[in-house]
Amino acid sequence: MLAFLVQRISQALLVMFVISVIAFAIQDGLGDPLQEMVGMSVSQEEREALREELGLNDSIVVQYLRFAGKAIQGDLGNSYFYGKPTLEVISEHLPATLELVIGASLIIMLLSVPIGVYAAIRPQALMAKFFMGVSTVGISIPVFLTAIVLIQIYSIGITVEWFPVDTGWGQWLNGALSTEGGLPSYGRGDDLTHLFGTWYSGFFSESGLLHLILPCVSLASIMLPLFIRLIRAEMMEVLQSDYIRYARAKGLSAVRINFLHALKNTMLPVITVGGVQVGVMVAYTILTETVFQWPGVGLMFLEAITRSDIPLIVAYLMVVGLIFVVTNTLVDLVYGLVNPTVKLTGKKA
Amino acid sequence: MKKLLAALVGTMALATAPVALSAEATKELKMAYDADPVTLDIHEQLSGGILQLSHMTFDPLVRWTKDLGFEARLAESWERVDDKTMRFKLREGVKFHSGNELTTKDVKFTYDRLKESQDFKAIFKPFSGINIIDDYTFELVTSEPFPLLLNTATYIFPMDSKFYSGETADGKKKDAILKHGNSFASDNLSGTGPYVVTSRQQGVRMEFERFADYWDEESPGNVKKIVMTPIKENNTRVSALLSGGVDFIAPVPPTDLDRIKRDKDSDLVTMSGTRIILFHMNQERVEAFKNPKVRQAVAYAINQEGIASKIMKGFATPAAQLSPAGYQGHNESLKPRYDVEKARQLMKEAGYEDGFTITMMAPNNRYVNDDKIAQAAAAMLARINIKVDLKTLPKAQYWPEYDDRSADMMLIGWHADTEDSANFYEFLTFCTDADSGAGQYNAGNYCNPEIDALVEKANVETDLDKRAAMLQDVEKRLYDDAAFVPLHWQDLAWASKKNVKIEPILNVMNFPYLGDLVVE
Repeated sequence: MLAFLVQRISQALLVMFVISVIAFAIQDGLGDPLQEMVGMSVSQEEREALREELGLNDSIVVQYLRFAGKAIQGDLGNSYFYGKPTLEVISEHLPATLELVIGASLIIMLLSVPIGVYAAIRPQALMAKFFMGVSTVGISIPVFLTAIVLIQIYSIGITVEWFPVDTGWGQWLNGALSTEGGLPSYGRGDDLTHLFGTWYSGFFSESGLLHLILPCVSLASIMLPLFIRLIRAEMMEVLQSDYIRYARAKGLSAVRINFLHALKNTMLPVITVGGVQVGVMVAYTILTETVFQWPGVGLMFLEAITRSDIPLIVAYLMVVGLIFVVTNTLVDLVYGLVNPTVKLTGKKA
Repeated sequence: MKKLLAALVGTMALATAPVALSAEATKELKMAYDADPVTLDIHEQLSGGILQLSHMTFDPLVRWTKDLGFEARLAESWERVDDKTMRFKLREGVKFHSGNELTTKDVKFTYDRLKESQDFKAIFKPFSGINIIDDYTFELVTSEPFPLLLNTATYIFPMDSKFYSGETADGKKKDAILKHGNSFASDNLSGTGPYVVTSRQQGVRMEFERFADYWDEESPGNVKKIVMTPIKENNTRVSALLSGGVDFIAPVPPTDLDRIKRDKDSDLVTMSGTRIILFHMNQERVEAFKNPKVRQAVAYAINQEGIASKIMKGFATPAAQLSPAGYQGHNESLKPRYDVEKARQLMKEAGYEDGFTITMMAPNNRYVNDDKIAQAAAAMLARINIKVDLKTLPKAQYWPEYDDRSADMMLIGWHADTEDSANFYEFLTFCTDADSGAGQYNAGNYCNPEIDALVEKANVETDLDKRAAMLQDVEKRLYDDAAFVPLHWQDLAWASKKNVKIEPILNVMNFPYLGDLVVE
């Protein structure tokens, strides 16, 4: 166990090192951070002085060594735009992103398991076919389109007048298809609860939860079909295995077989994929956060790129790299708990 | 979250202010701009966002009216003492958010700080000093006769000298202007303006409260609280308005104008703007552009009206010159001159009938539809056999290329900080001089000392009619010489809920005077 962790930590350090080098290497391609810091009419002389002050005139190697020297002490530099340490900026924005990911993960877990299991147990049922069809559509629609459609329907509202308004049934159909809207379409609202440090949560107030709905649904919409299909496929396979047949022959109840014996083994690959996907989801939030003006790290990163806020870009990439390494490590640990036959690296088989 | 933000000033001002707010200020306004101010220090950066903040939390000596006239604000009156001196009388009894009273000391402090500011010092270069006569009288002195003195006075937003002097607890000077890293002034604010900053979370939201002791008791404004959220994505901003999440948005993207017009709960206000979009033709890179005939041919080949109606969806005013209507240099007689036949003819006369190949660069996220405009222009030039190798770049990468003048034709948009024609020429058409900074954005390397001299002369002409005639002459000469290819002035658009009466407070400078906003 200890050896496993040591190995993972050294891997994490290597990953962070590589990311920082790459991020530094591409900074020239990102443009000139000064353009966002000074007005158009500022003279070249003034710009040159500011560039010198920021150390932008030094060679990349010198700049990197200076950065690395501080990074070893945990200082990833100051953001040009926010004028604060980058880690502080990220820690202010990270809770918003994490809540989005948590919300979306909850939706995915609560929906994908029952639907997936149902579709596996009753593959021929009409409902199962319906869910599979919808999930195919869902997987092929890009997240920003889902988001825009959701905003139009649930926050602006739509008025449908396809059916004749002078008949009762026409009015009823029009009414049934029209929506009022009213759900918040941007931001996190102004009623957030302070948990600790920089974490202000939207999970504890009505306004906070309402603001979470559309962004979480949008974000969940890309991953949900994947999980439904994964669970269904795994479950179907497990249901064919010998021990399930044996259990059936033994006369165990269907509920016990399906939900205790079969589901447990179904979840093994789902956990692996899920762990990786949580990392991917943090990356996907960039799109979702942009559409909903969600003040998380995704939006912050996108804006940092347009502003060439290089220290913030480098720090963000390193933090995301760290999140990937951590989630993968956790997945491996959880995997060991769920399936005792799996051996962690470093443990003798 | 409040705790995190609690701007020191806000709490201070609220603590010292009398409890009763002016009776009519009761409404709350939620608004969304595409970006929030980068700092609370109004001298740190010269940008639209900062000036908008300045008008909310400070007051200038004088401010622009809708028809580009001047309106007295903190300066009660002014008179010319001589060619180089203007005497101002300061309004008495004006309080800062901190409770301090405004005197000429504060004006001097502000003037000195502007002279230090990297972004503002260029605008204040013509000024040689400030004379304090008494607590409420002062004189601004320029080194040469200066016709734009009042234009420049719109940039003087007196700051609270007591509040911004001294040192912070950790020994930093409070009046320091810092471009990167936090200074006292970038986090704390005390002005005389209608709104006090009560909380700020950069990039997320900003809250303002009506200043209880605001001096302008005649202001019709009845908004007590403003919540400003930056919403960068156009679609999201418009959705926020349509769904009732916010009451006021700016800017409105051209693609959504119809959508807002159709909405029965919303009002749309558009205005022809003053930002000119143009192409420079680099004479140092392309031999052919040295020939005025070739430059004219290019000017004849570009269809400004087509770009304005098809690409900008009517959201632009086609231009044949730099100065928009209302500016002194605006020359009514100059009209867009689209004529492909004439263009071909000119190419033939210049000996370039078979054309040539050039490179073109344009930003793709700086101006409205900038990359599409460039694509259209490239296609139009192909018709007179000029083949264009076009490259569009995000703005952060574009400007370094622009500074290097690294393409044969480059697109730029320019708004005159002084709201005056001369500013266009000084930056866009003057012979480039690295020492004086003249022609800093003249990526065409066009150089006509005669025209420059004429502008210099106009710059010390205090008779405004004479000056206007000179500037219009400059405009005509540049047109005849086809020094550049003007495209259009980008329009401005704002939208609000019907009960928010934005029309009276909007202006072409894009500084909504939110202090005077009436919400029904």
